[in-house]
Amino acid sequence: MNVKTLIQILLLFSSLSILSIGGGNTVLPEMHHKAVDGYHWLTDKQFADVFAISQAAPGPSILIVTMIGYKAGGFVGAVLATIAMMIPAGLLVYLVSRVWEHAKHSPARKAIEKGFAPLTVGLILASAWVMSKAADHDWQAFLLTGACTAIFSTTKINPLLIVAAAGFIGWMGWV
Amino acid sequence: MSEKPSLFDLALTFNHIALASFGGGLSAWSREVVVVEKKWMEDEEFLSAVTMCRILPGANQVNLAVFVGVKFRGIPGALAAVFGLTLVPVLLVLALSYFYFQFHEVPALKGILKGAAAAAVAMTLSMVVKTGRKCLGGLIPVLLFLAIFLMNGIARWPLLACLSLLAPLAVAWGWPKEKKP
Repeated sequence: MNVKTLIQILLLFSSLSILSIGGGNTVLPEMHHKAVDGYHWLTDKQFADVFAISQAAPGPSILIVTMIGYKAGGFVGAVLATIAMMIPAGLLVYLVSRVWEHAKHSPARKAIEKGFAPLTVGLILASAWVMSKAADHDWQAFLLTGACTAIFSTTKINPLLIVAAAGFIGWMGWV
Repeated sequence: MSEKPSLFDLALTFNHIALASFGGGLSAWSREVVVVEKKWMEDEEFLSAVTMCRILPGANQVNLAVFVGVKFRGIPGALAAVFGLTLVPVLLVLALSYFYFQFHEVPALKGILKGAAAAAVAMTLSMVVKTGRKCLGGLIPVLLFLAIFLMNGIARWPLLACLSLLAPLAVAWGWPKEKKP
């Protein structure tokens, strides 16, 4: 680990932060290009593996940058990559949310809130679809998803219990 | 909403959301906690915030934490929410990185993850069911919902392309009608 690497980490991830319109996953190809082909911080196989690990771990999926930062620059690199990935985009959200709060009673805000609701529900359904395809689900997993959806939608059982039960079912090798 | 959450509340709540989302489904968990459990926001406000956070650059869930934190406590609130959302996951991911780069594999979690991921998809689907019941009354919202699902989910068009087509229609539909005197 050296200062040059840390500066490269800082510059790469803070620029990816601003470029990641539509979510962190949109800059994965660019991240791969720079971290694997450009800086040789990790191999192709390692990139694919850390992607899978970061998707499965709890918390925001963008923590793939923590793992890349760790490989490139140890603990300091990991923390730096994580912060660099969040600050620039976070500042922009801060500015937008201030404007939004200011426009509380404007008709434009009312129209956006009402009109975006069905679009957001459609996008959430799209992400459920993409998640399910990415996890490469077989019919047992779809069955488990269906059963859990029915329980989540119709009962008030704490969802954490259901996730734990589904994890247990997976652990036993039943899906 | 009863009263403004403290910085500690914000950090704790987003930590809870992050840890609950083992296997995925962070959006659904955010709604479950922020809207249903804590009643910090109404569904409409929450859903529009979710889409704004998707349009803006940055990780969607980090953005949402910033958005909710700023709403109640300004910049310190945003920092508290993001800190809560990321601290434990970052430590966990660091531990996993250590294992992975030392031993080239992570201790057998594959089966558990497969089950948990199926439940996370279910959690996300149930968010569709619960929020859809409220905002999909009528032909136009159902058409908007189906159109963006087909474009973004099935055809995999980029988010900005889908929204540049559909957002103007959605906003025109949602514009408050002027009340007749």
